[in-house]
Amino acid sequence: MTAPLLEVANLRVRFPTPTGPVEVVRGVSFTLGRERLGIVGESGSGKSLTGRSILRLIRPPGEVTADRLRFDGKDLLAIPEREMRAIRGARISMVMQDPKFSLNPVMTVGEQIGEALAVHERLGRGQVRRRVLEMLEAVQIRDPERVFGLYPHEVSGGMGQRVMIAMMLIPEPAILIADEPTSALDVSVQGEVLRLMNDLITRKGMGLIFISHDLHLVSQFCDRILVMYRGRIVEECAAGALDRATHPYTRGLLASVPRMDETREELPVLDRASWDREGEAA
Amino acid sequence: MATTTREWLLTESPASRMQARLGRSYRVLLALLRNPLAVLGALIVLALVVLALFAPFFATHSPYAAVLADRLKPPSAEFWLGTDELGRDIWSRIVYGARITLTIVLLVAAIAAPLGMVVGAVSGYLGGWTDRILMGITDIFLSMPKLILALAFVAALGPGIENAVIAIAITSWPAYARIARAETLTIRNSEFISAVRLQGASAARVIVRHILPLCTSSVIVRVTLDMAGIILTAAGLGFLGLGAQPPLPEWGAMISRGRAFILDQWWVATMPGFAIVIVSLGFCFLGDGLRDVLDPKGSSRQ
Amino acid sequence: MSAITLRNLDVSYGDTRVVEGVSLDIAEGECFGLVGESGSGKSTVLRAIAGLAPDWTGEIELFGKPRGRTIDRGFAALCQMVFQDPYGSLHPRQTVDAALSEPLAIHGIGGADQRVPEMMAACGLDPRFRFRLPHQLSGGQRQRVAIARALMLKPKVLLLDEPTSALDVSVQAEILNLLKRLRHEQKLTYILVTHDLPVVSFLCDRLAVMRQGRIVEVAPVAALKSGAMTDAYSRELVARSADRVTA
Repeated sequence: MTAPLLEVANLRVRFPTPTGPVEVVRGVSFTLGRERLGIVGESGSGKSLTGRSILRLIRPPGEVTADRLRFDGKDLLAIPEREMRAIRGARISMVMQDPKFSLNPVMTVGEQIGEALAVHERLGRGQVRRRVLEMLEAVQIRDPERVFGLYPHEVSGGMGQRVMIAMMLIPEPAILIADEPTSALDVSVQGEVLRLMNDLITRKGMGLIFISHDLHLVSQFCDRILVMYRGRIVEECAAGALDRATHPYTRGLLASVPRMDETREELPVLDRASWDREGEAA
Repeated sequence: MATTTREWLLTESPASRMQARLGRSYRVLLALLRNPLAVLGALIVLALVVLALFAPFFATHSPYAAVLADRLKPPSAEFWLGTDELGRDIWSRIVYGARITLTIVLLVAAIAAPLGMVVGAVSGYLGGWTDRILMGITDIFLSMPKLILALAFVAALGPGIENAVIAIAITSWPAYARIARAETLTIRNSEFISAVRLQGASAARVIVRHILPLCTSSVIVRVTLDMAGIILTAAGLGFLGLGAQPPLPEWGAMISRGRAFILDQWWVATMPGFAIVIVSLGFCFLGDGLRDVLDPKGSSRQ
Repeated sequence: MSAITLRNLDVSYGDTRVVEGVSLDIAEGECFGLVGESGSGKSTVLRAIAGLAPDWTGEIELFGKPRGRTIDRGFAALCQMVFQDPYGSLHPRQTVDAALSEPLAIHGIGGADQRVPEMMAACGLDPRFRFRLPHQLSGGQRQRVAIARALMLKPKVLLLDEPTSALDVSVQAEILNLLKRLRHEQKLTYILVTHDLPVVSFLCDRLAVMRQGRIVEVAPVAALKSGAMTDAYSRELVARSADRVTA
C-alpha cells in the first residue's frame, strides 16, 4: 500500500461578507493516491475552491484552514510562499475550464508552454523549444511546428485546451488538478481531450483530481468519486458503484438527468428539505 | 415587526422599487466609507458645499468692502488669512468664492455630462454613419487643448461666469461621449439588449432606459475626477481675466491679482491657491473612491 | 396550421454563410428540437427567425404571414425568445418587477401590478423576489425570470436557445419540467435549440439535426429514443451522447 500523494483533513475555506463570515468549504477530508479522483458538485458546492486551496491560490480576505494538508511530506499551509511557488506548476498543476480566458492572449503558444518549463527548470533555449515541441506532439497536435507560433485566439477550443494541458504537464508534476477541463468544449472534442489526459496521466503515474458538475462524465472517467454539496462531501464511492449510491442528493442527481430513451412525463426534482441540514452547526 | 433601518436597507427581499433603489445606494455608501481617502475627499467636498451654502455664517467680513487702511495685512486674529490689495479679508473672499467655484463646477457637470452621454450612447448604439459623424465631431473637440478652446469661446462670447461655464462645458463633453460610446459598444450585443429589442422596443427606448443607466457609473467617476480640471480651467480663465469679473471673489482671479505681491505679501496669491489645491484633491480622492466602488469590473461581478 | 415555415433559408454573418438551404415546417403546438454541435448554425436559425440576424435570404413565415426584416410590435406579440445565459439575459440594473413590466409598458398594456405576480407564480418564482436584482438570484431563478418575461406578451411561439445548458443539473430538471408544463397549459409552440440530445427526448415531438449550416435529418423523436436515426452523422451524435450510467 503506497503512501498517498495528497492528504487533506478537515479543509475549511471562509470568506467575510457584509453579513458575517461565510464558510464555503466545510470540513472536506480525502486522500489522493496515483488514481483519478472525481469531485462532483453543482455551483456553490465548493468544489473549485477545494482545488484552489490545495494550490494555495485563495487570497485574503479568503481564509483557508485545515487539520492536515500534506503533499510529499510537506504541510502545504505552513510552507513559505517561495516553496509553494516551486510546487505550483512543477509538482502540482492545474488545468482550468476555458482556454480563452486561461491562456495569455499576447503570447504565442510556444512561448507560453516554454515559460511554464523555464520557470521551473534551467534549460537552454534550444532545449526548451525541443521539449515544447515534444509536448505538443504528446497532446496529439498534428502540426507542432506551426502551432508553436500561433496565438491563443488562432486555435480552436479543443486545441486550446490541449495547449493548456501541455503547459501544465510539461514540468511533469505529480498531481494534476483539472477544474471543469471539458465544460467549454463540444461533446465530440470532450472525448478526445479526456482520452488524452487519461493517457498522459496513466503513463506518468500521476494523480488526478477531476472537478466537474457532470456526474456521468466523472463516473466514466474517474476511479473514485466524491460528491460535494454546500461545502461538504456527502458521498464517496467507486466510479463503477455509482448506481448503488446511497445519499439522496446523489441519487437525486442521477435521477433528474433526462435519458436518451426518456419516457417520463416529469423529471424528478431534488427535495432538498428532506436531507439538507443547513441549520446544523459547522 | 421592528427592523432597524440598516436591516431594511440591506434586506435580500425588498418589498418595493424604492426600497431596492435605496438599498443599492446604501451599499455603495457603505463600500465608499471603507476607503479612508474617499472619506477624506467626501468631507472636503462636503465642506465646500457647506461653506458655499452658509457663506454669510462663515465669513468674518464682507468680501467686497474695501478698506484701504487695512490693505496687504498678513494673517492675524482679525483677518484669518490676511487682506488683499484693497483691504478685503481673504478668508471671507475665499468663502464666498466657494459659491462661484461650486456653481461653475455643478453647471459644467450638469451640461457636459448628459450631453456627452447621449451623444456617445446614440453614436455607439446606432453605429454606421451616425457613429462616424458624431465621433468625428467629438474628435474635433477632443483634439484641441482644453484651455485654448475655452479661451477661444470666451473671447468670442465675452468674459463672465456664464460664458466661462459654457466654454468649459463645451471642452468637457467629448470625454464623456467617448466613455459612453465605449460602454455602449460593450453592452450593445448583450442578450438583455437583444431581449428588450425582441419585445419591440424602439431604439430611443433601448438607449434611454437600458443603455444610459449602465453608462452612468463610469461617467460619474469621470466627472468627479474631472472636477479638479474644471476648477483649474475656471481658475485659469479667471487668472486671465476672462472668467468671473471683479469684484467677484473667484479664486483664479484672486491669484492673478496677487501675482504682483507674491514676494512680500505671499498670502494674497497663495491662500486662494491652497483652496484650489485642497478642493481639487478632495474631488480626486472622492472620484477614485467612487471608481473603486462603482467600477463594473470590481463590484457588479457578484 | 403551420406555426413557422422556413424555405431555403440562408443566413450570413458578413461574408461567411453560416446557414444554408434550411427548410422546415413546424406545426402549431409542436415542440421542435434543433440539434447539432457548436458551429452547426442552429442558434443562427433561431436568431434569424427572431430578427436578430438580419442578413438572411429565403422565406420565413409565421402563421402563414411572411416575416419582415425588422422586429415590430406585432411580431413581438407572437414570438419571443429565451436565451442561453441566465446571467446575460437580464439587465443588471433592473429588478424582476421592472424586467417583467417592460414588455407590457412597450405595448401599452396595463395591469402590470396584477400580471407580474401572476406570471411569477406561474413560473415558480417566490413573490419575495419581485424587487430583487439579477445578481441576487440564482441561475435557475434568473432563467425562470427570463421565461416569465418571454411569456408576458402571451406569445404563441417560444424560441428557446439552449435554455438549460448553463444551469446546474438539479436546476435543469426543474426548468425542463416548467417548460413542459407551460407548453401544455398555454398551448405554445416551441423551437428548442440544444446540443443535449436527452433534453430533446424529454421535451420534443420532432427534431432536426444540423451540421455545418445544413439540415442533415428530420425525424420524429421516437426515432431518437429507439436509436433509429438514419443519417450517419446523426447516429454518430447519438452514439457519443449515449451510454450513460442510469440510476
